[in-house]
Amino acid sequence: MFSYYIKLGWLSIRRNPILSILMVSAIAVGIGACMTVLTVNYLMSSNPIPHKSDQLFYVQVDSWDPNGFDENTEPVDQLTYIDAMNLMKAGKAFRQVASNRSGLVLEPSSEDERPFLVDARTTHADFFPMFDLPFLYGAGWDKSADDAQEQVVVLSREINERVFGGEDSVGKRVTMNGLNFRVVGVIDEWMPVPKFYDVTNGAFNLPEDVYIPFSVGVANQLSRNGNTNCWKEPDGEGFEAFLAGECVWIQFWAELRNEQEKEAYMSFLNAYAEEQKALGRFPRPLNNRLRNVMEWMEHQEVVEEDAQVMLWLSMLFLLVCLLNTIGLLLAKFLGKAGDIGLRRALGATKGTLFIQHLIESAMIGLAGGVLGLGLTWLGLKGVQRLFGDFLTHLATMDWVMVTTAIGLAIVSALLAGLYPTWRACNIAPASQLKTQ
Amino acid sequence: MEIGPIWRALTRNKTGAILIALQIAVTLAIIVNAVAIIQERSRLMARPSGVDEPNIFYLSSIGFGDDFNERVTIQEDLDAIRNTPGVVNAIQSNSVPLRGGGWSMGLQTEPGSESESSGVAVYFIDEHGLDTYGLELVAGENFTAADVNWREPQAVEWPDKVLLTQAMAETLYPDGFMEALGNTVYINGNEPMTVTGIIKQMQAPWNGWNGVERVMLVPQHTLFGSTRYIVRTEPGQRDRLMPEIEDMLAERSRDRIIRGMTTMEETRERSYQGDSGMVGILIFVVSLLTAITALGIVGLASFSVSRRTRQIGTRRALGATKPAILRYFMTENFLISIIGVLVGAALAIGLNMWMVQAFSLTPLGWYLVPVAMVLLLIVGQIAVLGPARRAASVPPAVATRTV
Repeated sequence: MFSYYIKLGWLSIRRNPILSILMVSAIAVGIGACMTVLTVNYLMSSNPIPHKSDQLFYVQVDSWDPNGFDENTEPVDQLTYIDAMNLMKAGKAFRQVASNRSGLVLEPSSEDERPFLVDARTTHADFFPMFDLPFLYGAGWDKSADDAQEQVVVLSREINERVFGGEDSVGKRVTMNGLNFRVVGVIDEWMPVPKFYDVTNGAFNLPEDVYIPFSVGVANQLSRNGNTNCWKEPDGEGFEAFLAGECVWIQFWAELRNEQEKEAYMSFLNAYAEEQKALGRFPRPLNNRLRNVMEWMEHQEVVEEDAQVMLWLSMLFLLVCLLNTIGLLLAKFLGKAGDIGLRRALGATKGTLFIQHLIESAMIGLAGGVLGLGLTWLGLKGVQRLFGDFLTHLATMDWVMVTTAIGLAIVSALLAGLYPTWRACNIAPASQLKTQ
Repeated sequence: MEIGPIWRALTRNKTGAILIALQIAVTLAIIVNAVAIIQERSRLMARPSGVDEPNIFYLSSIGFGDDFNERVTIQEDLDAIRNTPGVVNAIQSNSVPLRGGGWSMGLQTEPGSESESSGVAVYFIDEHGLDTYGLELVAGENFTAADVNWREPQAVEWPDKVLLTQAMAETLYPDGFMEALGNTVYINGNEPMTVTGIIKQMQAPWNGWNGVERVMLVPQHTLFGSTRYIVRTEPGQRDRLMPEIEDMLAERSRDRIIRGMTTMEETRERSYQGDSGMVGILIFVVSLLTAITALGIVGLASFSVSRRTRQIGTRRALGATKPAILRYFMTENFLISIIGVLVGAALAIGLNMWMVQAFSLTPLGWYLVPVAMVLLLIVGQIAVLGPARRAASVPPAVATRTV
């Protein structure tokens, strides 16, 4: 029976080609608009590290200005050098990482190639196992390298390709900012979206080109390319005074495997803050936070407000397209009143007629969904062109989005078809047969 | 007019009409709100940066290696750039308006950490700064070469003189910006600086900041390892000079990288990319939506015409003229549309009130709703014109046939 209904549906669709095209394209356009925006929103709010996002915590201890504080004030979003180093030294979490964004000048060994700039992250040994970086060659460095300020570097795949032609470069040397670094590892393609480990400096930036020990960055006074904020000027001139001052510029993450570890770490942070208060720092009341990856993304409002406005507008857009389809389907099914009356008179039950017409609606929905997918793809290209680099990684589709699009199209078409179908089934056969 | 009978006919077969009316209502709500957002973004994008945008470009020079003498390099570079034919003037500075990255400080009129300070964007310039950016001095005087000194990376001291924009002066002295002239303001809580001049207007590097016109100009060259040159050219010379100056600087020293060659126009484009993208999408959405609604009206009207062919024939046979039939369908659409736009107006205002609250948008301009209502009524009439004319051309003889 099912294939027979499909055949009937197909005949009916062909009988009014213009009307059918109108319906299919209305659904397609609605789905296309909705899915384009939904994809961008979905990727903006996606979980960048799903298997352990609830075990990674962004650490905030509030060292900030007491002026203008009330109980709703959030702690400052990064850490001072003093606090980051103290927390690293205490080592109370299963893993912990202080890191910062920097930039280096890489000098290729061959004379004819000009030096170029690379984005760098100065970080600690735990960065690699903590965030599960995939390694192509070698591995991260050991904790001992952090302590000894060893000049070691982990390269991204692209930089390894550019400097070493993509070969296994572990053990080779590369000169950056006049310093001689030994390559210990090369990471494979790694593109967390959002770039959760440093939302402060751009949630949709690319990961860095090279990773070097934090201690090396500090010892050589490498530039800080990220956000630096001070609530009071350092006491005195020079880098030492800056490090000792109340300037925040470091992101700190802790890996805590369960609720007990989290609670223990929170009380450690509070005790630490009290200790600092005793030393005359931390003028605000106790105000520390541990947020896991998704809580931190939400708190930092990673999903752009524009994207949310667009989401609502696109939902309404889809609604208009569906109203359109309902009207057209209604017109169409009522136009078939004669047929329906005849089939009822020949013994078809309301139930079978209902299923027959729902199948016809679903066929229109399927066609609309497939066409809508094409439009979504076009829409994403358009969005990319309009918004530029910032959206390049946000405007891709995966199978979740493809199935959602088709599913949404069929469900909407079925919903749109319900009322017209119901009306069609309730046509009294006698009245139709009379006029024939 | 035969509104009475048309209305009664409508109420006997109301589902189709309700659907069209609803569609018009939601369309109106979306269009009005989309246009409100477009207007808001366009207003933002129209704000002037205060600098001579068409003729300015900038680039970074990053020194490395032990032989690199930053102070000498900066002086020689600036001399070389300024002496290039076609260049109006050039300076070293830390940023330009709209660039997105910059330096901010707080200024206050009374010393001490208890006093409230106002955030201000900092540009480091020298005596050529006003000419290079193309700024207008409304009071006081420009810096002289003697005022300009060198700033080390972690310096905490500030020079004695400062120029403020009118907006910043007004923030500090609400009674009138002229009061700032010659007065002492405090940076870092208690370090005094004298306001020696007031600039008409200039934007901070962050266009989204609510204090975007609060700017201070400081007479210093910076020794931060990475430096930025701002170059203003004679009209029409910019594109020729950009590669020329890039090559010249790259030739002058091997111990540095020249990068980030950008024009002010590109900077503006990138700075407002999100906004202009949003405007583009919304214009597309508005047009598409209007088209879909119009097509929906055409589709339903066509159906109702073909369903009523015999009825129309009968009316024609009984003496109705072609214009009367045309008028019937036009009036029917008008009635449906009126209900649609009225409901839509309420919806539009409701949606806007909610969006203002949820997304901090600015409220609607009052005229948008009536304008959109009239426009949609016209679109409806145009859409129904085709089917209505087909209805009018139904011959009276149809009435005599059994279909």
